[in-house]
Amino acid sequence: MAVAALEQEILSLRKHRQLYSMIGLLLVVAVLVSGYSKANEMNSGGFLQGLSKFFDYPGEIVVEAWQAGPAFFALVVHFTPAMLETLNIAGVATLLGGAMAVVLAMASTRNVDSWGPLIPVVRRLMDIMRAFPELIVALFLIFVLGSSPVPAMIAVAFHTAGALGKLFSEVNENIDRKPIEGLTACGASWLQRIRFAVMPQVAPNYLSYFLLRLEINVRASAILGFVGAGGIGQELRRTIGWGKGAGDETAAIFVLLFLTIMAIDQLSSYLRGRLVGSGRSH
Amino acid sequence: MTTDTLEQAVKLEDVWRKVHRRAWITVLAPLAILAYLVYTWFAFDVPDLLSKAQPERAAILATDSVAYKVHVTKDFRHGEMEVAIEGERTATYDNAELPDWVTFDGEDAFVDLGDGYTVEIKDKTALFNVPGYGVIEATATAKGVDTILPEGDVPGWLKDNPRKLDARPSLDKRLQVTRTKIEIHNYFGGWENFWFPFKSLLHGQSFSQLYALALSADRVDPDYSNLWFIVHEFLGNPDWQHGKVIMALLETIMMAVLGTLTAALFGLPLAFLAARNFTPSQVLRFGTRRLFDFLRGIDMLIWSLIFIRAFGLGPLTGALAIAFTDTGSLGKLFSEALENIDNRQVEGVKATGASQIQRYRFGVIPQILPVFVSQVLYYLESNTRSATVIGALGAGGIGLLLVETMKTSRDWENTSYIIILTIVVVIAMDQSSGWLRRKLIEGKKTG
Repeated sequence: MAVAALEQEILSLRKHRQLYSMIGLLLVVAVLVSGYSKANEMNSGGFLQGLSKFFDYPGEIVVEAWQAGPAFFALVVHFTPAMLETLNIAGVATLLGGAMAVVLAMASTRNVDSWGPLIPVVRRLMDIMRAFPELIVALFLIFVLGSSPVPAMIAVAFHTAGALGKLFSEVNENIDRKPIEGLTACGASWLQRIRFAVMPQVAPNYLSYFLLRLEINVRASAILGFVGAGGIGQELRRTIGWGKGAGDETAAIFVLLFLTIMAIDQLSSYLRGRLVGSGRSH
Repeated sequence: MTTDTLEQAVKLEDVWRKVHRRAWITVLAPLAILAYLVYTWFAFDVPDLLSKAQPERAAILATDSVAYKVHVTKDFRHGEMEVAIEGERTATYDNAELPDWVTFDGEDAFVDLGDGYTVEIKDKTALFNVPGYGVIEATATAKGVDTILPEGDVPGWLKDNPRKLDARPSLDKRLQVTRTKIEIHNYFGGWENFWFPFKSLLHGQSFSQLYALALSADRVDPDYSNLWFIVHEFLGNPDWQHGKVIMALLETIMMAVLGTLTAALFGLPLAFLAARNFTPSQVLRFGTRRLFDFLRGIDMLIWSLIFIRAFGLGPLTGALAIAFTDTGSLGKLFSEALENIDNRQVEGVKATGASQIQRYRFGVIPQILPVFVSQVLYYLESNTRSATVIGALGAGGIGLLLVETMKTSRDWENTSYIIILTIVVVIAMDQSSGWLRRKLIEGKKTG
């Protein structure tokens, strides 16, 4: 009897589960269908009319780039300083934000003996920093400081500190406490414990997250340029604003941006593979 | 036992070489970072930026976003006196019901700005009494402005030239005189007319009055019920544009949700094609992986610019830009997860005589589901933020609204209202997706 009852229960549980899965799936489909039809309505151009024009613009700039001939490569070189500026924005923002994130992470993890009352405060602070879209901080600072790469850099760094701080503190939570206890027994101060017991354990993971963030920040800096923060985004805005005739310049910027993002992507995933790989083998 | 299975003896030189290398790295890495920061300090031209920065703009912005000003204007062309909130035509006081700090007798006016600051307007002359400085007398003439200042140095808050007088002795009091008008700004704390427009019947009513009105049977407007009338008045507020802001927020959320779901739906099947243990064909695998790289490498910025050209402005454009970029990112992540699955579960299902589809359903999907759900939710979170930026490029939504209000705005409280709402939405998305992730994945583990 008991077995039969158990079987009944399992069957009913399974039925419930299937029902929930079905409801979830239907919900997703409903959101997609209604969302896309609504979005299509709200868009100034429709999807079907747009579909035929989809390749027009890419085609147009490719043709113009082709007509430019060897001068196209000269254009790519011409825009390299702007790309470098975008890379610098991302680089400095990641460095400063990362440094700040280390401080925040060390102040917000019980596992590394952070000061108790500070932990929830710092965590909420990181939540808020993460929630601020870069755009808002950048626009605000552009208004105060004027159009320049610095507002974008500060905006990206601000967000980076929050985002990396959370990831770093998750890394801190998973470390081995034995070295910390060993150093405590020797009478080491908190800073010494962090330096000699925590940092060696977390450094590979920190670096790996740092590189991942650099990748994301290069993209973010390029976009922020478009709202007036300098770098490649600003150049792109200028050439696109000219409309027809500047297609070769736009194409040059697209190519440059694509190549840079790909290069950074590949480099960082290679380095991360090595870092985390070496971290594991120890 | 032979010696070759033993570990090779560590040589002293090797150890020293490692120690030396480490020492060099600890010295050189910070130096390199410092050098880079110094280089960028000059590459970004920070000294120039600091000299040109306008910190007073931040002060104005901060005051204005928590305060509103009431304009008292005497316009000589029309010969009229007008008292209006933010100088808006829709928020002008009736001349019979002026605020009590303004006295007006048809021709001349007396404005009490508080703390002893007063302005007397006589015909075309304004007498501004500033405690601790004296009386500034400014007369509008056919050519410009004639001013008589008290003896002594001209303070920094006073800008006096033949065409315009601008005196702002404190942040919340200001007098401007030009050839055509005298304008006084008096600042008050708070967000004025936030709930209902100035001219609305509901303006200034308390919450309990509104509640009573919503429940009462007598209709204010015969066409609508009272509750609907209240909602309508609130959303249609011309100063704050609640309706428009809410629509823009919904658009942004729509972009993020649609884009992420679409990316997940296309990314999953493509991930099978890119995983080594599911696709034996190396050509197909290579092709799919390069497709992922291509989609990711083009970046949201370029995708949205291309889509704006094709589909115009709107949430569809943003959603597609997010979908294209993230199909690449999610596809790559899923294919890595698929390559790391445990093959024994698949073999176990196969041993029971399961078909190909059943093997995938019961052997593979349960293993990658946690990765799938958590990654999709992470992307949803970050895409809510990305959608605001894409919006600013021209796709619409809250990002575009923000850029527009910032560019045209004299009323910074509108900007800060939008900023606060955006951050609230981002935090809400963040929290709810975190909650969902914990619910779905931890529920799986325990259940």
